[in-house]
Amino acid sequence: MEVLRIATAGSVDDGKSTLIGRLLYETNSITTDKLEGIKRASQRKGIGFLDLSLLTDGLIAEREQGITIDVAHIYFNTAKRKFIIADSPGHVEYTRNMITGASKAEVSIILVDVRNGILDQTHRHYYIANLLRIPNVIVCINKMDLVGYDESLFESLKEKFLTFAEKIRFSEQEIQFVPVSARYGENISKPSSKMNWYKGKPLLAILEGMEVHKKLNQAPARFPVQYIIRPRNKEFHDFRGYAGRVASGSFKKGDAVTVLPSLQKSQIANVYQYDKQLKEAKAQQSVVITLDDNIDISRGDFLVKCGEVPELKKDFECEVCWMNAQPLLRNNIYLLCHGASQTKVKISSIDYVLIPSTLEKIQASELKMNDIACIKVKSVKALSIDRYSENPSDGVFILVDEYSNNTLAVGFVK
Amino acid sequence: MTMNTKIFPRELEDEAIYIMREAAAQFERPAILFSGGKDSITLVRLAQKAFYPGKVPFPLVHIDTGHNFPETITFRDWLAKSSGLELIVANVQDDIDAQRVTEEKGKFASRNTLQTVTLLRVIEENKFDACLGGARRDEEKARAKERIFSVRDEFGQWDAKNQRPELFDYLNGRIKPGENVRVFPISNWTELDVWNYIREEPLTIPSIYFSHQRDIVVRDGVLWPVSDFIYRDADEQIINMKVRFRTVGDMSCTAAVASDAESIDIIIDEILGATLSERGTRLDDKRAEAAMETRKVSGYF
Repeated sequence: MEVLRIATAGSVDDGKSTLIGRLLYETNSITTDKLEGIKRASQRKGIGFLDLSLLTDGLIAEREQGITIDVAHIYFNTAKRKFIIADSPGHVEYTRNMITGASKAEVSIILVDVRNGILDQTHRHYYIANLLRIPNVIVCINKMDLVGYDESLFESLKEKFLTFAEKIRFSEQEIQFVPVSARYGENISKPSSKMNWYKGKPLLAILEGMEVHKKLNQAPARFPVQYIIRPRNKEFHDFRGYAGRVASGSFKKGDAVTVLPSLQKSQIANVYQYDKQLKEAKAQQSVVITLDDNIDISRGDFLVKCGEVPELKKDFECEVCWMNAQPLLRNNIYLLCHGASQTKVKISSIDYVLIPSTLEKIQASELKMNDIACIKVKSVKALSIDRYSENPSDGVFILVDEYSNNTLAVGFVK
Repeated sequence: MTMNTKIFPRELEDEAIYIMREAAAQFERPAILFSGGKDSITLVRLAQKAFYPGKVPFPLVHIDTGHNFPETITFRDWLAKSSGLELIVANVQDDIDAQRVTEEKGKFASRNTLQTVTLLRVIEENKFDACLGGARRDEEKARAKERIFSVRDEFGQWDAKNQRPELFDYLNGRIKPGENVRVFPISNWTELDVWNYIREEPLTIPSIYFSHQRDIVVRDGVLWPVSDFIYRDADEQIINMKVRFRTVGDMSCTAAVASDAESIDIIIDEILGATLSERGTRLDDKRAEAAMETRKVSGYF
């Protein structure tokens, strides 16, 4: 059974929590005791409907303020697949949380309140979905019940959204629009009888039908070596296995491989998953690979197929999101983590800071928390890193502060 | 629900194994926190798979409150022996005797909150820099926001507002002396995923997960197992009935559910039609709406 990772972002008012609550409710993912709790709380608040938004409330501070301030993970499944929602708040000061929540997502659900239309926030959410190259975007035009399920309002918002999206959209990305009422469950798990004019599928059916890991399977084969397994016991005296998770592409017995960064060559002797030999290790599988030759390989190295060796980079351009209160300064040195490798890098220039809602590019001498920017990085060691657009699993890195140990930024190689 | 919901999504195993290998690679002295429950049994299996044919590079650490189900203790000792893993037992009783903690009194007394002190002591004594636990984000609201690598300060405290962002597969385990990290390899699993995994592998689990006859006291509709560790009013009746447990905690804070489920298949059917959430049988979470978050802030697992 497959897993589909979904990113949602939005403010309380868009009805995002209600939409998620509705998905849980209609897939029978809420147990009776939790539902009872929601009924009691809804009555206490004096509202006449089931407040499904209460299901996704998280930490004490958030409940007090009535807003979501971090990324929350929500799980449900249908007969077709398992779903993981990473839900983050939508305000500009939570851009970093949105990016965190959207990492690894294969679909981004963007909520629009039909009465408020396309807002700065909508642009920002879409910009982030696009920056992370999320292959599927679903724009849910919500609260259709409050406008009499009016088709023309839906169509005009769709057009407005696309006008903005087309300026930045990457070619492989699919955008779909669904008119919904999260509160009353219209077009969530079954087609709405109130909106016969909508010919598309309800939200859940779209989510169930999406292809997963398409890009990772097509991308060049990359295997970051995580851990060396050397049992040194009687039975496996000479066993030397390289443990890791296939980042992209696939590996099988007999493949000619190059070790990076040393550029040594060998052949795959076997691919193991626990005590079984695998015919082929596919993207995202955790395996152990053995080679024909006894060569020096350590954690942080990569195995790649001989015909698909990436160019080594020392100076490169990338998009970053800065995630720490301590600003990014030009010429500062940071620790860049790529796969299981770590390298010291210097920020050689800040080309511009981008304002996601307007796509405006502005000059800056430092990056503040939540800034999205284009920068140039200079590395001490040559890095075997792909372009993010060609390999979303390999073309991404994080920057860590050597002294505070905090994760400061995420970067996407251009 | 169709048969598909009875299939374990293998991608979750790949993810958990990846996390375990990161823990082994990034830390000097990691350990598995082992409660004898199904989630920590799952962790042991994942560790065996992650490092095969090598040895599991983690000892098992059990925080023993002294109020465990005897079946759990028997199982714990059997598993450690049969898997060849080192078992370190830290007793809450030792901290009570040394007057580092004071035992609660009264009808709802439990040693659950006292575990935190014993856990922090065993971490310090053994210089563990990472503790792998079987917590899952679907268990409880506060856990939904927990990181996979969750950094704790010297006092074991969790700062929910100041967590490191976790992006893509990157797990940042860099810490300063005195700090340690809690690692949660099955963060993204649900209760159903764990049961499907146990069924598919298959894994042996303690007998109390299956239906059995037991003496019970019914209090506010909740079925409490009768033991020396639970306070009982004189007018409370003991009844003997068929029950099982959905979680394995202390006898003082883990309630039973009426059940005839004698096999994992039937347990899974029960979960699919469940009317009560898993932690709904845990008294420790019911004390206050935000009970779990409050305990986590103060260093609870």
